[in-house]
Amino acid sequence: MSTLKSAIDTRSEDFQRNHAAMQAQVDDLKRLVERIKLGGGEAARARHLSRGKLLPRERIRCLIDAGAPFLELSQLAAHAVYDDDVPAAGIITGIGRVSGRECVIVVNDATVKGGTYYPITVKKHLRAQEIARQNNLPCIYLVDSGGANLPNQDEVFPDRDHFGRIFYNQATMSAAGIPQIAVVMGSCTAGGAYVPAMSDESVIVKNQGTIFLGGPPLVKAATGEVVSAEELGGADVHSRQSGVTDHVAENDRHALEIARSIVAHLNRNKSMSLDVTAPEEPLYDPKEIYGIIPADPRQPYDVREVIARLVDGSRFDEFKKLYGPTLVCGFARIWGYPVGIVGNNGILFSESALKGAHFVELCAQRGIPLLFLQNITGFMVGRKYEAGGIAKDGAKMVTAVSCAQVPKLTMLIGGSFGAGNYGMCGRAFSPRFLWMWPNARISVMGGEQAANVLAQVKRDAMAARGAEWPAAEEESFKAPIRAQYEAQGHPYFAGARLWDDGLVDPADARMTLALGLSAALNAPVERTQFGIFRM
Amino acid sequence: MFRKILIANRGEIACRVMRTAKRLGVSTVAVYSEADADALHVEMADEAVRLGPAPAAQSYLAIDKVIAAAVATGAEAIHPGYGFLSENARFAEACAKVGIVFIGPPAAAIQAMGSKSESKLLMERARVPLVPGYHGREQADSHLIHEALRIGFPVLIKASAGGGGKGMRIVRGEGELPAAIEGARREAKAAFGDDRLLIERYLERPRHVEVQVFADAHGNAIYIHDRDCSIQRRHQKVIEEAPAPGLSDETRKRMGEAAVAAAKAVGYVGAGTVEFLYANGAFYFIEMNTRLQVEHPVTEMIAGIDLVEWQLRVASGEELPERQGELQRYGHAMEVRLYAEDPARGFLPATGRIAHLTWPNAANNLRIDSGVRADDVISTHYDPMIAKVIAWGEDRATAAQRLRRALMETEIAGLATNAAFLIDVLGHQAFLNQEIDTGFIERHRADLLPEGGATPERALALAAAFLVLVDGQRAAEAARRSGDPHSPWGLTNGWRLNGEGGSSILLRDSAGRQRHARLTFSGARWDVAIDDGPPLRLTAPRIENGALVAGADHGRLKVTIVQDGSQVTVIERGRATRVARIDVLAEAEAAATSLGQLTSPMPGTVVRVMVEDGARVTRGQPLMVVEAMKMEHTIAAQADGIVKQVRFRAGEAVAEGVELIAFEAES
Repeated sequence: MSTLKSAIDTRSEDFQRNHAAMQAQVDDLKRLVERIKLGGGEAARARHLSRGKLLPRERIRCLIDAGAPFLELSQLAAHAVYDDDVPAAGIITGIGRVSGRECVIVVNDATVKGGTYYPITVKKHLRAQEIARQNNLPCIYLVDSGGANLPNQDEVFPDRDHFGRIFYNQATMSAAGIPQIAVVMGSCTAGGAYVPAMSDESVIVKNQGTIFLGGPPLVKAATGEVVSAEELGGADVHSRQSGVTDHVAENDRHALEIARSIVAHLNRNKSMSLDVTAPEEPLYDPKEIYGIIPADPRQPYDVREVIARLVDGSRFDEFKKLYGPTLVCGFARIWGYPVGIVGNNGILFSESALKGAHFVELCAQRGIPLLFLQNITGFMVGRKYEAGGIAKDGAKMVTAVSCAQVPKLTMLIGGSFGAGNYGMCGRAFSPRFLWMWPNARISVMGGEQAANVLAQVKRDAMAARGAEWPAAEEESFKAPIRAQYEAQGHPYFAGARLWDDGLVDPADARMTLALGLSAALNAPVERTQFGIFRM
Repeated sequence: MFRKILIANRGEIACRVMRTAKRLGVSTVAVYSEADADALHVEMADEAVRLGPAPAAQSYLAIDKVIAAAVATGAEAIHPGYGFLSENARFAEACAKVGIVFIGPPAAAIQAMGSKSESKLLMERARVPLVPGYHGREQADSHLIHEALRIGFPVLIKASAGGGGKGMRIVRGEGELPAAIEGARREAKAAFGDDRLLIERYLERPRHVEVQVFADAHGNAIYIHDRDCSIQRRHQKVIEEAPAPGLSDETRKRMGEAAVAAAKAVGYVGAGTVEFLYANGAFYFIEMNTRLQVEHPVTEMIAGIDLVEWQLRVASGEELPERQGELQRYGHAMEVRLYAEDPARGFLPATGRIAHLTWPNAANNLRIDSGVRADDVISTHYDPMIAKVIAWGEDRATAAQRLRRALMETEIAGLATNAAFLIDVLGHQAFLNQEIDTGFIERHRADLLPEGGATPERALALAAAFLVLVDGQRAAEAARRSGDPHSPWGLTNGWRLNGEGGSSILLRDSAGRQRHARLTFSGARWDVAIDDGPPLRLTAPRIENGALVAGADHGRLKVTIVQDGSQVTVIERGRATRVARIDVLAEAEAAATSLGQLTSPMPGTVVRVMVEDGARVTRGQPLMVVEAMKMEHTIAAQADGIVKQVRFRAGEAVAEGVELIAFEAES
C-alpha cells in the first residue's frame, strides 16, 4: 500500500492564514450550535425541569449507552427560516448506540414551541426516518409534542412528505423488520397519538405522558364532557384499558431504561460482509486540514492533502493516477472500514468522468462503500468538449453514481456547483449521509459566474437594442446576484433547509465519516444493476 | 513436645497457633462450624472436625463436641486461642477428665481470676495495688466522708447496686461531699431500691497498661514487658503497643513484679495478662486475663520470642525457655485491629463477602495475622475481625509510621472496615505526642469520626470515571464478538457533533443519597463533576490491573477500584469509599413494589414474632422484634394489610436487607 506524503509546511504564512480563516468559521459554527443546543429559552427550560422532566439532550444521554457517541443530524434545521426562533426545528434527531445497537433517535423538544411540528420539523423527522430505512436502523421516538403547528398547517399536513408520512414510514419500516419504539414523555396529541399507536412497542411515563386524539379542550367543545388530561389519556388509561402503551414508567429515566431493555431484546445482529481491520490514526493531524483549505476559495489545492488526514495510516492506493488527473480515485480505510474515495482536484473533463464511472463500478462490484469529497466548480465547457461528448461522459458518471448500491457518503469540502454536484453524489442522488464543511458553498453555479452569465445575457439584449451599459451600472446589477448566491450557497442556509445532514468541523470529519459508515453497514450491501451507459 | 494438638478456635488466632505448631512439627486439628467449612483455618490444618451449626453455642462453645473431636483425632492437647472456651474453667476440667492437656492455666486459676470480687481480695492479699476505695457496709455520712478523705480526691461516689452512670458523682473537694452523697443516695434508691454507696479514687485520663506474664509448672514466673492498650472504643481495644510508652524503668519493674505476684497468688501456669489502670505514675489492678491476648504479637515483636511456642513448651511440661534476667527488649511494636465495621455508623459491625483483599508486600518489620482471604464471608455469627496488622520500628514514631503506611497499602472491598479510622488515629498529632488514655477516641471524635460520614466527592468522581472505562471495555468486548469488532460506536468518549463530548452516571453515595456524576471529555482530558461541584480533572484515564490510572493535577494518580455487582469501592491510600451505581430499572421496580415490604434493618436475631401467617394487621402494628447490636428493633406494618408469610421464627439469625415478613398492603 502506498502512503501519502504531505507537502504541507505547517509553519508557512499561507498555512497560518488558512488555518486562522477556518478556525474562525469553525468557532462561529460551534457558537451557533451551542446556542441551538439550549433549545427553547431559559424560562421554557426551567418550566420543563420543574415538571420533573429531563431536557431532551439529557434524555438522549440516558437512552444511549453510557459515554457512547451521538451523531446528531440536521442541527441547523430551521435556523433563520421562520419569523419565530425554532432551534433545531424543535426536534433532535440522530444516531446513537442503545444496548449495543445503533438506532435512529427522534426526540421532540417541548421547550421549543411546545414541540410542535413546523414544516422543517416534519422534514427533519422524515429525513431521520429515511436514514433509518436506508441503513436498517431501529427507530426510537421520544415523544413530547403538541402535534402539528397549526398556523403552518398548509405546509405541514396535506402533501406527501408531510405529517402523515411519519406514520406511513412507521408502518412500512415495521413491515421491513425495522423496529419502531415510542416513549411517551409528554403530550402526544391528535396525529401525534399515532406515533405510539403505530409503534411495535411503547412506553409511557406516569403522570406525565398523555395520548389522545382530542385533548380536554376539544372534548369539552365537542361533547361538553369535562375530563383531565391524565384521565383522558394518561399512563393508567393506556396501559390498563386501551392498550395503546405496553409499559408504564415511574419517570423519564425509568422510561428510557425500559426503552433500552426493549432494544436489548430486539434480537438483531449487525453482520457485515466487509473486510475490516483495526483502525489506525492518520499519520497527519486532521486539524491540519484547517491550514490546507485555502482561505480564498478560488485557489486550488491537492485533495490528497485532505485524504491524508482522513484515512487510516494516511494510506491511499490510487486508481488510474495518470488518467483524468482532475478526479482523484483510490482505495483506503476509514476506521478500519474499506472505502473507495472520489475527490475533486479541479474541473471535470471527459477522462475524469470516465475514470470516475469506472471506479464507481469497481466499488459497486466489490461491495466497497464510496466516499465523495466534493470540491467542484463543474464540467468543462466549450466547443471542443461538447463535441468530445462531455455530456455523455458526465452522464456515465452520474449513471454509475446513481445506480451503485454500496453505501455512499458525501462530504462537501469546498464548492458544489452545477452538474459537478450530480456526478459527485449530491443530495438528489440519495447518499446515505451528506455533510458540509463550514467553508463549503452550494449553488447551481458560483455567484460570480452567475452574475457574469446574467450580465452577459442582459448586455447581449441591450447590444441588440443598440443600448450602452455603463460599467458602474453593470456592477450594481451584479452585486445583488453575487450577494444572493453567497447567502443561499452558505452552509447555514443549506443546513437550515436540510439540503445536508449537518455541518462538520473538518477536524471531526474522520470521526463523523467513521460513525456514518459504521451505521450504514447495518443494512446489507445489495448487488448493483447499472442502467444504460451511453457509449 | 506434643505430637498433635487441637485448636478450639477459628479465624486469625487458629491460623496463628497452627503456624507455630507446624514450625515445631506438631500436627494440627481444626474444628469448625458449618459456616466455616471453607475457612482458612480449616484449610491450614492437617485434620479438621466439624462441630455443628453456625451459632457458637452449638459449635465453638460446645464443650462436649470439642472434647469428642480431640478424643476422636487423638489430639494430646487443646489450644483454646482467645474468646470462646479460653477462659472457661469447666472446659479446662473437662479436658483434664479425658486426659487431654488444656493449653492454659489450671482451672482453679481461671476460676479465681474469673470472679471480680474474689480476684480483688486475692490481689489485696498479694499486695497488688487496687484502685483505692471503700466498699463497706457502714453508710453513715460521717463515715463516708471519712473514707473519702482517706482515699484522696478526686473521688467517685456511686451506687453499690448499680451499673451505668446512675447516681454517679465525681467529687473534687471536701466541701462538695455532703451534697454529692445525698444526691447519689437518692438516685441509687430510686434506680435500684438500694441506697448503699461505694467510693473509689477517680482516675483522670487513665491509661490501660497491661503486663504479659508467663509461668511454668516448675515454679518459675516472669513478666515479659508491658503493653499499652489505651486506644479503645466502647471498652474494646483498637490499637495496642509495646512497650507502654513513657513509663520509667522503675515503674515497669514495679508493675511487672506486681503482675508476677498476681499470677503466683493464683498458682498460675502458662501465658496470662495482668491489666492495670495507669494514671500519674501510679497503677491499679483491674483484672487478669488467663489466656493469650489478641494483642500478644506486639510483645513477641519487641521480645523476639514466640509466645505460642512457649505455651506449647510449658503445657508439655518444659521449663520456661528464658528467665527474667535473660529477656531482651528491642524497639517498639504497634498493632491495629482491622475490623469489618462502620465507624461512621457507631462502629456497627459489617457483614458480607470480602470482594477484594490485598495486603501490603511482606516486610521484616510487618506482620499480618489474618484468618480470612478474598471471597470469604464475614458473618454475624462471630467476631468481625479481618486481621491484626502489626508493625515494628526502632522507636514508637517509626512503628506508627510503618503501621500507617501498611494500612494505606491494604485494600479491602465488599464491606465497611475501620481502616480509614485507624489511619486517622495513627496519624493524629495527639497520638504521636503520646497523649493517650482511654478517653482518646471520644475526645478526638471530631477529627476521627467526621459528622455524617459524607462520601468524598473525589471518590464519587473516580468511581464514575472508572465505570465509564469499564463500560467502554464491555462495549469493546461485545464488539469483538460481533461482526463489527472495531466499531466507532463502541467508543465511550461521549463524542458529539460540534460540541464537547460527555457522559453521565448516577451513583448512590454511602449515605444513600443519589449523586449525579457528569463527565465531559475533550481529547484525553476528562472533567468529572459531582452534581454541581467543581470538576476533578483527569488526563488519559485508563484501567491497569484493576486500578484507575490517570494524569492528575499533581502528577500520576493510581487508585484501586473494585466493582462487585452494583457496588463500587474506591480505595485510595487505604481509605475505601463505597458507592453504588444506580440501576434505574431495578430501583423503579423496587419502589413500585416496596410499599409495605418488611426487611431486616441490619444483621441480627429475631427475638419475638407477634403475628401469624394470614393475620390482618393495621398500619403501625408491631409484627416482629429483631435484636441487633444489643438493641431491639421493632418491625411494624407500614400499611394496613395481610401477613402472607412470616419468614423467620424467634431465635433465627437474619442478614441485613432480607425480607422478614411477606406482606401484602391493601390498596
